[in-house]
Amino acid sequence: MDAPLIEVHDVTKVYGKGASEVSALKGVSLTVNKGEFVAIMGASGSGKSTFMHLLGCLDHPTAGSYKLSGKEVSGLSQDQLAEVRGRQIGFVFQSFNLLSRTSALENVELPMLYAGIPGIERDKRARSILGEVGLGERADHKPNELSGGQQQRVAIGRALANNAPLIMADEPTGNLDSIASAEIMTLFQGLNKDKGITLIIVTHGADIAAWASRVVTFRDGLIIEDRPSKPKNHPAKAKNSPSKAVVSA
Amino acid sequence: MNFPVLLNTAFKALLRNLSRSLLTMLGIIIGVGAVIASVAIGNGAQSIVLKQIESLGANLIIISPGAINNGGVSLGAAAKTTLTKSDTDAIIEDVPNVLGAAPYSTRSTQVIAGNANWYTLIGGTTPPWLSVGNWNMAEGAFFTEDDVTKVAKVAVLGATVAANLFPSGGAVGRTVLITSVPFKVVGILAAKGQSGFGRDQDDIVIIPISSHQERLTGLKYVGTILVSAKSADTVDGVIDAVDRLLRLEHHLDPIDPDDFTIRNIASVQAVRTATSNTQSLLLAAVAIVSLVVGGIGIMNIMLVSVTERTREIGLRLAVGAKGRDILLQFLIESLTMASAGGVVGIGFGIGISFVVSRFAGWPMIISGFSVFLGFASAAFTGVVFGYYPARRAAALTPIDALRYE
Repeated sequence: MDAPLIEVHDVTKVYGKGASEVSALKGVSLTVNKGEFVAIMGASGSGKSTFMHLLGCLDHPTAGSYKLSGKEVSGLSQDQLAEVRGRQIGFVFQSFNLLSRTSALENVELPMLYAGIPGIERDKRARSILGEVGLGERADHKPNELSGGQQQRVAIGRALANNAPLIMADEPTGNLDSIASAEIMTLFQGLNKDKGITLIIVTHGADIAAWASRVVTFRDGLIIEDRPSKPKNHPAKAKNSPSKAVVSA
Repeated sequence: MNFPVLLNTAFKALLRNLSRSLLTMLGIIIGVGAVIASVAIGNGAQSIVLKQIESLGANLIIISPGAINNGGVSLGAAAKTTLTKSDTDAIIEDVPNVLGAAPYSTRSTQVIAGNANWYTLIGGTTPPWLSVGNWNMAEGAFFTEDDVTKVAKVAVLGATVAANLFPSGGAVGRTVLITSVPFKVVGILAAKGQSGFGRDQDDIVIIPISSHQERLTGLKYVGTILVSAKSADTVDGVIDAVDRLLRLEHHLDPIDPDDFTIRNIASVQAVRTATSNTQSLLLAAVAIVSLVVGGIGIMNIMLVSVTERTREIGLRLAVGAKGRDILLQFLIESLTMASAGGVVGIGFGIGISFVVSRFAGWPMIISGFSVFLGFASAAFTGVVFGYYPARRAAALTPIDALRYE
């Protein structure tokens, strides 16, 4: 068996110094294998966002070890972390974070620019990705010409751009209505199942966490629960899903 | 990230805020415009001065009789009649680096041709006058040394005189009366136009110095001697040599003052050049000030832009941009803005130069160097003043940038 994709061991994160010191993470360990679909839950201030930033190589831990694809990344420089992010991690944010007045196609191409992929290849790949996320017809639309759900699809397309094995989503449905939310979560589930992409979704909504196959719950900077979950299916396609395993909204 | 992509990104960012970008460029536009205009105006003024001076004769030295100061009493030049044609011959023979020398006496009088008459200046000289004074022939030929020796009654007309006495042309071969003496017209001088001092240089009739002395004035002396040095470098040496030679010819004791005055066109030229240099310097100062002000404007707007686009920067960092990529992106943005301002400024400067040269009546000279200088200083301003905002953008951490509201 392959080494786990994510191996976090006894990680802490302390903000500030002296009297104003705040411990956001107080020694967290977690292992995630390839192909898992993990939801990270917890209230505001539970440390889940901080943990997400560490997993996403956006920040350094104060102490502890983090191995991504078997390689220690906790001691890397900012530029080295940027390289790791560019190649291995795709991000999806609550507020989409698309470049305004820039077409969907160019938004998807953005990570490829920094990975140094040539123009023709970029265009080809971005178009096929937009097809995958169901926006093949809207490649030239700008974000303000797209609905919230469509904008989030573009953002997911952007996360797929460099064929990253890991996608991290921070409240991906926070700005969407329930129908669009279900569509986005179905899309995530499909990517997880069909392409074997490892997904980590941070949310405080149990209904969203229910789509995952594993739910990790944070409180006060520690993991208080880590349980497998029978993943929910899209309501329209849910004919063979045992409804009792679903934590409903 | 490669350069064309960066350039493309920068252009898009600037076009997104077109009016703001244009206003920001204004300082650079004015600065570069001033650079182009200052060099062009300086060049134009200089060329017109050079042309005026060259029309008098290149490397011309003028010797007038009489000293400027005689025993404490200042007398005007030409207060004495001491110069002769033999002085001219001595200069040609003995002074090195002399291209030519010619005596030149003048008298104003009426010239009659048929039923036309014209009041003009009659100059008496020898053939070297043509090259010393930098003249050309339009028609016919200048008179010869032989004509001088023979005291021939031949005349060469200036263009203005020819036009007034013979409005329908065909002056060469005809006869004009100068103080009732008939002179045969042998040639017409090519027009030179106004001198630097506003006199019509073509309002002139030239006859042999011998005829001038014997048939017109009855004088043995000559008004001035014109000497042309071989090059600008030799002018001073020629002046010294002429001074020594004339003192010897005039039998002056070492304690006697000069009984002649030597003037040099180059000194007039130096004053004129200095004036136009001062004008250029002033405009250059305006250019530098505008470029600095323009640069500060760019820095300001870039700082605003970095703040406004903090989340964009965060996103770019998150998807794999390195600090260097962000630095380059913003640096190229300010460079592009400044360079675009530079290009517009070059057009603006050429426009100003065109208007100024039109009004001043001198040629428009846009040097490639000034265009290069204008563009380079704009680009330089963009990089210098864009660096600090770009540095700030690159120093952002992805989380702080993503979280920025």
